[in-house]
Amino acid sequence: MWGSMFRWLDPYAKPETLYHLCGRLLPYLMVLAVFTLLLGNIWGLAFSPADYQQGDSYRIIYIHVPSAIWSMGAYSSMAIAAFIGLVWQIRVAQWAVLAIAPIGAVYTAIALFTGAAWGKPMWGTWWVWDARLTSELVLLFLYLGVIALSGAFSEAARGIKVASLLAIVGVVNLPIIHFSVEWWNTLHQGATITKFAKPSIDPSMLWPLLISILGFALLLAALTCLRLRSQILIFEQHRPWVRQLLDSKADSTQKEQN
Amino acid sequence: MVMWRALVQRELQLLGRQKADWLNPLVFFLLVLSLFPLGIGPEPGMLKQIAPGLVWIAALLSVLLSAERLFKDDYRFGVIEQLVAGRQGLFSYVTAKICCHWLSTGVPLVLVSPLIAVLLGLDWQSWQVLVVTLLLGTPVLSLLSVLGAALTMAADKGGILQALIILPLYIPLLIFASGAMEAAATALPYTGQLAVLLAFLLFALALVPLAVRQALRMNVG
Repeated sequence: MWGSMFRWLDPYAKPETLYHLCGRLLPYLMVLAVFTLLLGNIWGLAFSPADYQQGDSYRIIYIHVPSAIWSMGAYSSMAIAAFIGLVWQIRVAQWAVLAIAPIGAVYTAIALFTGAAWGKPMWGTWWVWDARLTSELVLLFLYLGVIALSGAFSEAARGIKVASLLAIVGVVNLPIIHFSVEWWNTLHQGATITKFAKPSIDPSMLWPLLISILGFALLLAALTCLRLRSQILIFEQHRPWVRQLLDSKADSTQKEQN
Repeated sequence: MVMWRALVQRELQLLGRQKADWLNPLVFFLLVLSLFPLGIGPEPGMLKQIAPGLVWIAALLSVLLSAERLFKDDYRFGVIEQLVAGRQGLFSYVTAKICCHWLSTGVPLVLVSPLIAVLLGLDWQSWQVLVVTLLLGTPVLSLLSVLGAALTMAADKGGILQALIILPLYIPLLIFASGAMEAAATALPYTGQLAVLLAFLLFALALVPLAVRQALRMNVG
């Protein structure tokens, strides 16, 4: 049953097809990402009301929460790609791991940085050894570990496989780390939006936040397409189709110059 | 089972011949522990307060470093390649490696723990809890370090890379092991933390050997 359900995905395991698919998706994703990010952030930063307790400084939520959510979302998608890549030996999925990892690491760094900037006025300090901050920091270390491991082998394909395994080990460990540090120490405010309860935020603040979250997701998707395209080109550079593609690109730029 | 016993015998024989493999980490452990009083100050009250964290950080560093060269020789001499190509015996090899690694690094830490208690001024009760956390925690340290060694076996850069990928995975262990010791020091119940440590151990025992086997295959294949 599973086999036939995902049969339509099979062509995209071919690097060339996936390269062109990413190329087609990229402009739409990028335009939508820029549009939603601008909309969400301008609405949130300029037009939504100030918080009754935190004043204007709460507005960093429109960057902090989306980047924190998608730093974890990127890790899960990286781990799913790693799992697909290892179990079914699909190379493009393994390359996707390498494509997502640095984006996720940057999202994590953004979440940590904005969190520190938010912590300064609210808690009076840039950093506290609080559960959520710590697990986000550990997440950054896990990303850096995956990136470092993938680059440590003279044979790049082997490095990616080993790094994929580490990504899967990390995703098993993440909940354990999360709950360990939660039990250890917590100061962070509770989640603003959860699936299980009414959001503890006014709709006038919630809407720009949701749009920003969507914007960060679209940006993640767009950047993944972009990076995956270059990964495919790097790993397939000896194939005829890449040669043809690069030759035709070179020809057209030459014509423009003439 | 016959194969497993033979592999364990081989490992123990190798450890008997290369005593530095298990003596050096032990000396390293004691050395790191004696650095802290020199750096922080020798007041007994303060030492007692930070002892749980110190012992556990020193333990996880020494176990981690001892695993670095665990597979290098077998990889160089083609043992692992043979086991991977042989399609059986790799799992026995992995479990034998893990067992012997724990016997050669975790057990010595437990054995020198009375000495640690004297050095850091721990009382009878705290020492007992330290022994229990070491008994429950060091097998997990061994399992994860072996995983790190397996992942980086064929890598060009060893050492610090292995620490980089494995240290984040140690965090839960560090929290609960030193948590149990702190609770015991302030006469609070600590069975909860010990139960969590036991859960980590069982969970890691079930999954890590499989991941190690896979990592070895990838490094060879």
